[in-house]
Amino acid sequence: MTSRRLDIRTGRVDLSHGAGGRAMAQLIADIFHAEFNNEFLAQGNDQAAFDVPGGRMVMTTDGYVVSPLFFPGGDIGSLAVHGTINDIAMAGARPLHLTASFFLEEGFPFADLARIAASMGRASREAGVPIVAGDTKVVERGKADGVFISTAGIGLVPPGLFLSGNQARPGDAVLLSGPIGDHGVAIMSCRENLSFDTAILSDSAALHGLVATMVTRAGRGLRLMRDPTRGGLAATLNEIAQQSGVGVLLSEASIPVRPQVAAACELLGLDPLNVANEGRLVAIAAPDAVTPLLEAMRAHPLGRDAARIGEVVADSDRFVQMTTTFGGGRIVDWLAGEQLPRIC
Amino acid sequence: MTACRYDSGGGRMKYVTEYRDAARAQALAATIRAEAAPGGAYAFMEFCGGHTHAISRYGIEDLLPPDIRMIHGPGCPVCVLPVGRIDAAIALARNPRVTLCTYADLMRVPASRGNSLQKAKAAGADIRMVYSTLDALRIAAAEPAREVVFFAIGFETTTPPTAIAVQRAARDGLANFSVFCNHVLTPVAMRAILATDAADSVHLDGFVGPAHVSTVIGTEPYRAVAAEFRKPVVVAGFEPLDVMQAVLLLVRQVNEGRCEVENQYIRAVTEAGNLRAQAAVAEVFDLRDRFEWRGLGWVPHSALRLRSEFSRFDAEIRFALETPSASDNPACECAAILRGKKRPAECRLFGTACTPETPMGSCMVSSEGACAATWSYGRFRQPARLAS
Repeated sequence: MTSRRLDIRTGRVDLSHGAGGRAMAQLIADIFHAEFNNEFLAQGNDQAAFDVPGGRMVMTTDGYVVSPLFFPGGDIGSLAVHGTINDIAMAGARPLHLTASFFLEEGFPFADLARIAASMGRASREAGVPIVAGDTKVVERGKADGVFISTAGIGLVPPGLFLSGNQARPGDAVLLSGPIGDHGVAIMSCRENLSFDTAILSDSAALHGLVATMVTRAGRGLRLMRDPTRGGLAATLNEIAQQSGVGVLLSEASIPVRPQVAAACELLGLDPLNVANEGRLVAIAAPDAVTPLLEAMRAHPLGRDAARIGEVVADSDRFVQMTTTFGGGRIVDWLAGEQLPRIC
Repeated sequence: MTACRYDSGGGRMKYVTEYRDAARAQALAATIRAEAAPGGAYAFMEFCGGHTHAISRYGIEDLLPPDIRMIHGPGCPVCVLPVGRIDAAIALARNPRVTLCTYADLMRVPASRGNSLQKAKAAGADIRMVYSTLDALRIAAAEPAREVVFFAIGFETTTPPTAIAVQRAARDGLANFSVFCNHVLTPVAMRAILATDAADSVHLDGFVGPAHVSTVIGTEPYRAVAAEFRKPVVVAGFEPLDVMQAVLLLVRQVNEGRCEVENQYIRAVTEAGNLRAQAAVAEVFDLRDRFEWRGLGWVPHSALRLRSEFSRFDAEIRFALETPSASDNPACECAAILRGKKRPAECRLFGTACTPETPMGSCMVSSEGACAATWSYGRFRQPARLAS
């Protein structure tokens, strides 16, 4: 390529950057290859080729439309890497490769795109999971909101491990890896019409390292894991109750919530149980696996505040219930409608 | 489990957590049990949806003796808005020049013919959710080519912010801003509930009076209601201990034959209320001759409209809006529930055709609505089925 480099400081995406010509090639080279930088992309093919290890694989896909694109503790790029890795990791799998497609709105600043790509590259390197293929499309101004990202990922499940949402059994314990609501509150704090000052950062993080230590310690005592993203802890536990045909009984006093998150939720009339997380996991564990699991989780930086928050009970109605700090009991239902659109 | 560094339980918050203390709740419950006369059959209406929500969320009825019955009142702004007004808002939003700004609660309220603001938005209407009247003003200032209409609803709590927005629009000469006013008055509604024909009325021994509304209007406006209808009123905060203490004060009034206005919420409410807010409201609004309420029907002098000197900001005049009466779904019992005549679970649609995901009536939409609160916290279940 002989043309001048992209003017990343002041330039903007135009329709030529999605047209398949030299401009597009330059965009991909100067922004994406520069930041993602791995042997697969370096081959310059339309696909990534790699050897397949034996065993069970998992595959997932995810879309990211978060608004705003940059938020305290992350951005759409790091979120896309973490979110996709976490979907793979919740099967107990070791993530291997990611792909990413970018839908760019005409007029989107190169500087923002470069910042997002750099953040993705960093998240991917830190996680040790390369982005091995990608695609770029440009749509007319007004047909998207800056940038949307679509990802895919594959991972390898350790032999003998079969985690699934239908594995929870009465008597199992419900474990949570850390305080809830950080991501949702961080996003809300910088929404245009809602901005308030908070020191809360999104909890966005890749959880496969934590998962690996849990799988090693608990073996078959680990029934299932899930990351409580949209809909929060309440939605995740209701999903598990539905899939497994059981009830869940929570103790409100044992659910970690940062005081700042609780205060923000109080102010906005939200329940932290419904607020999204991007770096937390819920694990359902057999009784004898609880102690080793909690030890393993608390020994990992992303599980330092892990807690046992409740238990799985027999319940043909599949209710999630909670004993409140006030001393009563209540149902913890799915959230009806949209609490806050475009949080991930 | 002690390893958690957070105080948890929803997180500790100064001036909030104290009012959710389980030990104090048990002590209050014991006092109420001791003082409530056996077989006394006390029926108290909590007027506000905020109280309804607290009662459901914290399971306060589980802590009260069976002789005390809490009846949910109409104090949920979304719930009392009649279908005709929502239809009018949708018609307004379909005007291609109009940007309709609304509180998010209203988006899913069922309108006529299965419509809602949410569906109108999906069909192309420019409807934007705002958190404050000032957001609507900002949009109007930023987009002078748009006709920006604020869909104003609510009791006395939300009226002052609408008044301020109109004052600012007048001051700044904002020519593309107007208000679709649906503000209603609490004391008039209390009176309407008590004055209903005997056949259609519900027996009440007293009111848990509004929290936030009273911070604006004070406790004075309830005096005439309490005296005329011989019903005690205890103004109370929205925290669970506030509600329980108010119930205790009401039990004592009934036992002693008093019908007074008492103020449990002294940390926020005064007798005279917020005079500056009242002045702003008085400058901008005057009384409508009558207004239609879901549940209560047409109630004289129960709502506000913009004064004639602000009529250029009145969307009903500006767009010659018609707001014909429209009927609710005939099987929906929202009207009886809003009057306290029926409990949510007594509606045939409750939990079957009508759930928070597919609301048939307004009481299932807002978290302050009696049906939504009852459903979401499982209060229609047998008590034995609930954890405790």
